[in-house]
Amino acid sequence: MKAFVTLDGVRKQWSPTVSVGPLSLEVARGEMVALLGPSGSGKTTVLRLLAGFEALDAGRIVVGGEDVTAVPPAKRRFGMVFQHYALFPHLDVGENVAFGLTARGAAAADQVRAKVAEALALVDLAGFERRRVYELSGGQQQRVALARALAPEPRVLLLDEPLSNLDPALRERTRRELRTLITRVGITSVFVTHEQEEAFDLGDRVAVLHDGRLEQAATPDELYEHPASLFVATFVGRANVVRGALAGALGARDGQIVVVRPERLRFADAGVPGVVRERRYTGAAAFYQVDTEPGDRLEVQAGPGAARVGERVYLEATGVMTFAEGGGGVRP
Amino acid sequence: MSARSGWFARAALTLLLAWLVLYPILVVVADAGRGDALATFVSRPGEWGALWASVWISLASVVLAAVIGVPLAFLFEWLEFPGRKTLGSLIALPAVLPPFVGVVAFLFLYGESGFVARAVQAALGLTRAPWRLQGAGAILLVHAYSMYVYFYLFARAGLAKLDASMLEAAQALGAGRWHTLRRVALPLLRPSLAGAALLVFMTALGSFSAPYVFGGGFRVMTTQIVATKLNGELPLAMVETVALALVATLGLVVLRRTEGDDILAALGKGIGPLRRPIRRVSVRALATATGWALAVLLLLPHVTLVLVSLVPYGTWTTEALPPVLSFVNYQRLFGEPERLRPLVNSAWMAAASTAAAIAVALAAGALVGRRGGRWRGPIETLVALPWALPGTVFAVALATTFGAAQPWALRWVLVGTVVLLPLAYLVRNLPVTGRAVLAGYRQLDPAVEEAAASLGAGRWATFRRVTLPLLKPALAAGGSIAFVAALGDFVTSVVLYTYDNRPISIEIMGSLRISELGVAAAFGVMLMLASALVLGLGARR
Repeated sequence: MKAFVTLDGVRKQWSPTVSVGPLSLEVARGEMVALLGPSGSGKTTVLRLLAGFEALDAGRIVVGGEDVTAVPPAKRRFGMVFQHYALFPHLDVGENVAFGLTARGAAAADQVRAKVAEALALVDLAGFERRRVYELSGGQQQRVALARALAPEPRVLLLDEPLSNLDPALRERTRRELRTLITRVGITSVFVTHEQEEAFDLGDRVAVLHDGRLEQAATPDELYEHPASLFVATFVGRANVVRGALAGALGARDGQIVVVRPERLRFADAGVPGVVRERRYTGAAAFYQVDTEPGDRLEVQAGPGAARVGERVYLEATGVMTFAEGGGGVRP
Repeated sequence: MSARSGWFARAALTLLLAWLVLYPILVVVADAGRGDALATFVSRPGEWGALWASVWISLASVVLAAVIGVPLAFLFEWLEFPGRKTLGSLIALPAVLPPFVGVVAFLFLYGESGFVARAVQAALGLTRAPWRLQGAGAILLVHAYSMYVYFYLFARAGLAKLDASMLEAAQALGAGRWHTLRRVALPLLRPSLAGAALLVFMTALGSFSAPYVFGGGFRVMTTQIVATKLNGELPLAMVETVALALVATLGLVVLRRTEGDDILAALGKGIGPLRRPIRRVSVRALATATGWALAVLLLLPHVTLVLVSLVPYGTWTTEALPPVLSFVNYQRLFGEPERLRPLVNSAWMAAASTAAAIAVALAAGALVGRRGGRWRGPIETLVALPWALPGTVFAVALATTFGAAQPWALRWVLVGTVVLLPLAYLVRNLPVTGRAVLAGYRQLDPAVEEAAASLGAGRWATFRRVTLPLLKPALAAGGSIAFVAALGDFVTSVVLYTYDNRPISIEIMGSLRISELGVAAAFGVMLMLASALVLGLGARR
């Protein structure tokens, strides 16, 4: 992979105890990378470092061969979509989109007008130029913010929780539209999210952050199947974390932790014995809570009629991941 | 309260307010239309001159106050440098100087025989004072000093509410600092700036103390009205009063239009921008030095007042600095009953008028604060009306209305009694207490009172134990501002005082006339301290 955007040993020290990084990450041209992590993991800081709103304490940022570490945000040519969109309420939709086209000085009026129309058409808001921004719905505001960020043809598009401000019903549709649009424009983009589904759906690759450190950056499949750490294994997807006797029963060596996903457990004629305590039906499948004899409770995904509450069962694992205590990953 | 008694109470309050606030104005308008006073007004160039002077002085005051106040707001809200916090509050200090006291302090400081003039005279070896503090320039100097605070405070509040991501969005779109300021920050501040402009314009239009002391031959409408009244040309004074009232109303309508919609502030959700530390050592030192120099400049009037108050009568003649300092003026202030009187008068009149204004505001709040209905509009308008009209207008209106005995027209002779002046203070203070209490009522969660009722508290118990405690911050803020305004009032007092209720400001004027500068300054210091104390208490949470 040839990197277009490179974060090289980037570090931000907020206070003696709170810091982000050092962190290195490469983004290919046209790639879409998700920064995923719980709140406080530093994902927004990384985005703001990229945008230039925060100054690095160490490391450097390179875009297309140009070191932009000391370049102020106004000269970085990065587009940004803010969490609450930050549309200028005193300007109408057209003026908002034109802002980045005229910010660097005078531009030919008809050229600006054409570019604004083009950008608005791109987000399906053709003819919205003279609307007031506060008259628009949340989804429309988001698209205006996108058009505004894209109009000056930035090198990289940054999005801060682009869907968090929308109601859930709208979120999934908007996500698909966003995906289509960004693919069509073909722009290199980095976005922040705390929702795994969003990261998996939108990101070509997902960078998982935890406590200011980069845990793993990989494709969604790779993250799910081969998590590099215990944190990634449990943060991405559903997971049973098993220690002690039961871990041994599932094939772990002494002191190892076993992570097994619910769909990698099945009811069998022999294996780990236990009793079904709860059954949660979700349509295509059901989740069963099984109290095992060695002591831990396991979640099992199986067919809706695979077992009944109170039934005595045996569990077999079709695939487990093992980790050393302390978090490092060990491939099975 | 039954529906019928509720209706009755609302109607009664509306009528009371109309009688206090609207009726006197109507009486003046009617009087002004009688006879040939209007023709006299139109034909005299001096009248038009004074009216025009009022308008341009007010507009110039707005510009000057903005030019000083807005950059200061940016400096203190956006940049971080040593002493920022202390300086940031010191800078609001002109607010604790009642207008007339501020004018007197300026006289002592920059006047013909003030400290600065004496120092320049001594330094250059001049035989006469280097300047006279008089005319439009002097008035504007005082206005700029006392009114930039509005722009400073309003702009700072606006900047604190500004969504940081708006500024970042502009930057991300390639806008430089200047472009961001001009195209994003300033437009978003427009409601705050328009609010400050309106406040400064109205204050400057009604300003009396500065033109009265420094005007000399230069007349504005407020001083013109009082002069005409003293000349005995009462009908002409009525016409002048109406003219000033019309200009004020016009200014209010025009400036309100520029205020724009609140939506500007409502859309942003983010947090204010972080203060940017000034990194360059030289720039930081410069900012700090400028800040402290400014603070000294702003504090000079206060210091001057204290210094002059320590000068015994007749000991300071031609020296640059007073040779003798003592507390003798204060001893006289508290030792001689005749000199103590104005302090007592001002205190009781301010207290009584503030209490009454709060009572009226609470009544308005209780009756229309939450649900309103059709009485809300009239009551809110009547409560706010005195704010829109200069103090001189109300003073003349009350003097006219209560200078005739016509009980059938609800007019009694109050001129010459001690009641009229506190009544005028009450009317003038209605907007301050009214706005505070009505805003407080609007923020109350009705569910809290309903909870009290469901727990068995009666109407009065709910008011006393739930509503009133919740309104306390609003009452303290509105009440303290009203009290301080009444305590230091000069505009209405100069028209309506009697010997028996002469307030502090009038006594200061009297002392100045007989050249007892020290006593005048001592009164000023007392007023300043009391104002600072009360405002400080009112702002405490």
